Amino acid sequence: MDRLPRRRQLLRAGLPAMLVAPLAARAQERAAVTIDEHDYFPRELRVAPGTTVVWTNKDDTPHNVVSTDNPRAFRSRIMDTTEVFEFTFAAAGTYSYFCSLHPHMRGRIIVG
Amino acid sequence: MRNDEHPDHGRRHALECMLWAGSGLLWTVAGGIPRSSLLGSAEAHAQSAQGSFSFVHISDTHLGFNMAPNPDPVVTLRESLDRAKSFNPALMLHTGDITHLSRPGEFDRATQIINGARIETHYAPGEHDVVEDDGKDFYQRFPQGARTGGFYSFDQGGVHFVCLNNVTNLQAGKMGMIGAEQMRFLEQDLAARTASTPIVVFAHIPLWVVHEPWGWGTEDSAQLLRLLARFGSVTVLNGHIHQTMQKIEGHVAFHTGMSTAFPQPAPGSRPSAGPIRDLPPGELRKLLGINRVSRVQNDGALAVVSSPLEG
Ligand SMILES: [Cu+2]
Ligand SMILES: [Fe+2]
Ligand SMILES: [Fe+2]
Repeated sequence: MDRLPRRRQLLRAGLPAMLVAPLAARAQERAAVTIDEHDYFPRELRVAPGTTVVWTNKDDTPHNVVSTDNPRAFRSRIMDTTEVFEFTFAAAGTYSYFCSLHPHMRGRIIVG
Repeated sequence: MRNDEHPDHGRRHALECMLWAGSGLLWTVAGGIPRSSLLGSAEAHAQSAQGSFSFVHISDTHLGFNMAPNPDPVVTLRESLDRAKSFNPALMLHTGDITHLSRPGEFDRATQIINGARIETHYAPGEHDVVEDDGKDFYQRFPQGARTGGFYSFDQGGVHFVCLNNVTNLQAGKMGMIGAEQMRFLEQDLAARTASTPIVVFAHIPLWVVHEPWGWGTEDSAQLLRLLARFGSVTVLNGHIHQTMQKIEGHVAFHTGMSTAFPQPAPGSRPSAGPIRDLPPGELRKLLGINRVSRVQNDGALAVVSSPLEG
């Protein structure tokens, strides 16, 4: 799991373009999860490695997106109505998450 | 506790015991036998005026919320505090969700307004208050006697008050959680009290199962009830569900309070637990308000009367 942050750091560190280019190209793929009525839509989303998943809160209640892995693969700040969180999934795997404000809200991203 | 032996049966039993009540339903627990009576507010005032000790329960002020059905919860908080002051309470318990988004400005605004009421106030954390940075902004402001984790106890008016935190370390798919550390604290804390001491336990999420699909309950509440079993008068005060609800189990009376910001639907009555946005005009203030709790007799009985802002 720790490959994810390291890859992000590489990008931020401004390494030679040759090294960064293939990663940047893959990161352009995006997929969406909508949060509404205390639920994630879709609850299960399949994406290719390198995809950036964007969660948008369309509910009138704040929610968040918290990985259930230990250590956590990702954790958003609290998202008020219309706020957005995104995370790029570099490595294949199943990433379960929930809302720490409403723990009955659960979803997962399957990368592979 | 039958909850332990037959979880499913216990849950059904809990739901059957749930009582839906509007304003002015007075519960007294005398000698372990609960009695209820519907009271006009004058009668409620007269009855509670006999007691020498009363306090106020406020909850879910959600400062920072700004949508339907209440674009300005500051106004309804002020009205709730005016109501609280009119009762001349010894203290006020706030059962959490002080803020909507755990933001420092929301905490500052809330404490500025609440402190303005000049009522000694004790806070329990709600999940909206401790969602960021391990609750830093909550714990910085509300340390009064709190241990790390936000639980504490104190005595006033002959009543022993215990604040529990059941909103941190929530697990996916689970309800609220008290946890082993607080159980140990509670066991030691209660050991020194006589069985006749009236106990008030306050925490954010209901300490009984109101509606599991929405997470309205506490995973380890049966363990809590075992620790409280020997006491003759236990009053449990919770928030989180933004509506009043009562249940009696043995010597324990459970009550939830209204929000001062927005009402939420009855359990399972809508697709989700979000704010009731489509209220008819004039209905909002009937669903917002506070609880008044008073000692109506000398034997430790506490009466809880809900006091909506209107109606
Ligand atoms: Cu949520
Ligand atoms: Fe709340
Ligand atoms: Fe809450």
